[in-house]
Amino acid sequence: MKIHEYQAKELFRKGGIRVPRGEVVTTPDGAYDVAAEYARPVVVKAQVLVGGRGKAGGVKVAGNPEEAKRYAQAILGMDIKGLTVEKVLVTEAVDIADEIYVAVIMDRRSQKPLVMASAAGGVEIEEVARERPEAIHRLSVDPRYGLLPFQARSLAGFLHKDFVVQQQIAAIVDKLYRVFDSTDASLAEINPLVVTPTGEVIAIDAKINVDDNALYRQKEIEEMRDVSGEDPGEVEARKADLSFVKLKGNVGCVVNGAGLAMATMDLVKTYGGQPANFLDIGGSSNPQKVVSALKIVLRDRNVRSIFINIFGGITRCDDVARGLVTAFKEMDLKLPVVVRLTGTNEEQGREILSEIDVHTAATMDDGVKKAIEVAR
Amino acid sequence: MSIFVDSNTRVVVQGITGRDGSFHANQMIEYGTKVVSGVTPGKGGTLFQQGVPVFNTVKEAVEATRANTSVIYVRAPFAFDAICEAADAGVSLVVCITEGIPVRDVAKALPFLAARNVRLIGPNCPGIIAPGKKVKVGILPRSIFKPGPVGVVSRSGTLTYEVVFQLSRGGLGQSACVGIGGDPLIGTNFIDALGAFEKDPETEAVVLIGEIGGTDEQEAAEFISGHMKKPVVSFIAGQTAPEGKRMGHAGAIVSGSAGTAKEKMEAFEKVGVPLARIPSEISSLVRDALGRRRK
Repeated sequence: MKIHEYQAKELFRKGGIRVPRGEVVTTPDGAYDVAAEYARPVVVKAQVLVGGRGKAGGVKVAGNPEEAKRYAQAILGMDIKGLTVEKVLVTEAVDIADEIYVAVIMDRRSQKPLVMASAAGGVEIEEVARERPEAIHRLSVDPRYGLLPFQARSLAGFLHKDFVVQQQIAAIVDKLYRVFDSTDASLAEINPLVVTPTGEVIAIDAKINVDDNALYRQKEIEEMRDVSGEDPGEVEARKADLSFVKLKGNVGCVVNGAGLAMATMDLVKTYGGQPANFLDIGGSSNPQKVVSALKIVLRDRNVRSIFINIFGGITRCDDVARGLVTAFKEMDLKLPVVVRLTGTNEEQGREILSEIDVHTAATMDDGVKKAIEVAR
Repeated sequence: MSIFVDSNTRVVVQGITGRDGSFHANQMIEYGTKVVSGVTPGKGGTLFQQGVPVFNTVKEAVEATRANTSVIYVRAPFAFDAICEAADAGVSLVVCITEGIPVRDVAKALPFLAARNVRLIGPNCPGIIAPGKKVKVGILPRSIFKPGPVGVVSRSGTLTYEVVFQLSRGGLGQSACVGIGGDPLIGTNFIDALGAFEKDPETEAVVLIGEIGGTDEQEAAEFISGHMKKPVVSFIAGQTAPEGKRMGHAGAIVSGSAGTAKEKMEAFEKVGVPLARIPSEISSLVRDALGRRRK
C-alpha cells in the first residue's frame, strides 16, 4: 500500500527524522494562508501516489503567499499520470547545499533488508544506478539485530566529508531503518536528504510503501489509505477479497489462481485479443464470490465477452458450476460468456452448466479463442 | 529417492483441527502419506480422524511420533511462530501453505531455520508431491499426478495443476512436483529445486514455471548453464502484466523495469533453455527434450 508524501513525513517526524514544517491544503486560499503564516518561501507540492511530480509541474517554489496561491491554483486539479491532484502540501522551502539519497528496501535476492545510499541525491535513483552504479552504497541488515551503529557510521562516511554532518546522517539512517521496520514497509525512501549551508540535515521528501500482508497489524497506516486514485473495480475487489487489476481490453477474465490468471490474460494477447483485466477468484466456489467477480469485471464498459477459466483441483467443478448458475440467475448477463471447467467432477459441472446460456470450452486455449471470437 | 520427501517422510500437521488442516490432513492420509501426528494448542490428548494423535506443541508431537516433516495450515498472523516452533522442535522440513504472512516475519524466520539446518518450502505454496512414492505434503490435488520422469518446480498453484494435467495426459509422469510459492521471500528457490532434481536418479527432465517479480528465474538460468546436464523447459506467466501492480501473488510484481517476464525469458533463451510461449506448448517441448536425452 502506498501513502502520500505528507503521510510518510508524519511517520518520519514521529520516528525522529527531521522534516520541514508543512500543511496539506485543498484550496488555493489554503495555500495562501499557510505561506502567510510561515512568512517564508514555501514549496507547493502535489500529493498524488505517483512519481515524477516535479517533472509534471506539480512541485513549485513560491516566494510569497500570492505566488503560493497561484501555484496551488494551477496544481490542484492537474492530471499527473492519470491521477487528479486533490491535495497539495505547502511546506517551508529549505536551502540546499548537498542532496543525498537514502532508502531501505526488503531485498529479495539477499532476503534481508537492504540500505541503499548515495551522495547523488535529488535525481532518479534508477538513473544513478544505470550511469554511475559505483555511486550507490549498499548495506545488508540482519533483521534480527537491526541496523547497528557502526553500519550507519560507515555508510554516512561515504555520503559527506564533514564529520559532524556524517553523525547527523548516521542518526537519520538509523531512524529511517527503525521506521521501515516498525511500519512493515517494503520501501522507505528519502530523496533528497538535504544538508543545508548551515550544516543541518533534513528530509525534504518522503516515500513509504507498506507490505499489504502486514496491514492487519498496521491499523493506523491502513487508515491512511487514499482510494481516490485507485480504479473503483480494484477498490471493490479488495473489499470482496478478490485480486483484480484493470487492463485496457475487451475480454474479461475470471480465473481461479493467480498464476493461471496471469497465464490466461497472456494467452488472450497471444491469440490476438485484448485482456480487460486480471482477476483471481481464489479457491472458493462460493456463488457470492462469483457474483462479485462478474460485477467487478462488468464495471468496465469495454468488456465484450467474459472467459471463466477454472481448474478444479481441490475446488470441485460441480460446486463452481452451481455457483455460476446462481450468479447468472441473479445477474441477467447480456454479454457472451465462455466457461472452461476442468478437474474434479467436471462432468457433473458441465451438466449443471447446461441450465444457463454459456459457451463451454474443453481447454484453456479453446476457451480463450472462443472468448475473443464472441467479443467481436 | 525423490527430492525433499520420500518414503521416510513422517508428517506432523500444524493446525490439524482447523477447516483446511483437517480436510487436507485427510487428503494426505488417503494418498498414502505417513501423517503421524497433528498439533493444535488446546486440543492435545485428542485423536484426529483415522487415529492420528493430536498434541499441544510440535515438540511433544515430534518426541512422541518421530515426525521429521511439518506442514503448516495456520493463519497468517500466527504462521511465523508456527514455522519457528517446528524448526525448534527438530523437524528437518517445514512446508508452509499459509498465504498472507508479512514479509518481515519471513525475513526473520529464514535465519532461524538456517541456524537449525531446517528447510522451508513456501510460504504461500501448495506444497510438494512425489507420485511414485505416494507422498504428498500440502494441498496439491492428487488425481492429476502420475509417476514418471519429469520434475516440476513452480511459483504458482492452479497454473501448475494445469501444466501437470497436460503432462500426465500426454504420458509424461512426474518424479516430484514442488510448489515453491508466490511470495517475495521464500525458503526454497528455483536453484534449490533444480539442484535436487539434477541429483535425483528418477528425474530426467525438469519443467520450471516462473512468473513476474524478482530475479529467481534469471539466477536459475545461470545455474542451469553452469551446473545442470538434465534438460529444463520453462514457461513464464505475466507477460502482459502492467508495471507496479501486484498480480495476486505478493511476489508477482514488476518494480520499475525489474522482474519483467521478458527479462526472465531472455535469460533462459540466452542459456538455451527451451521456452514455451503458451502453457500448452510445454508437453511437446518436454517430449522433445526427453527424446534428445535418451538417444
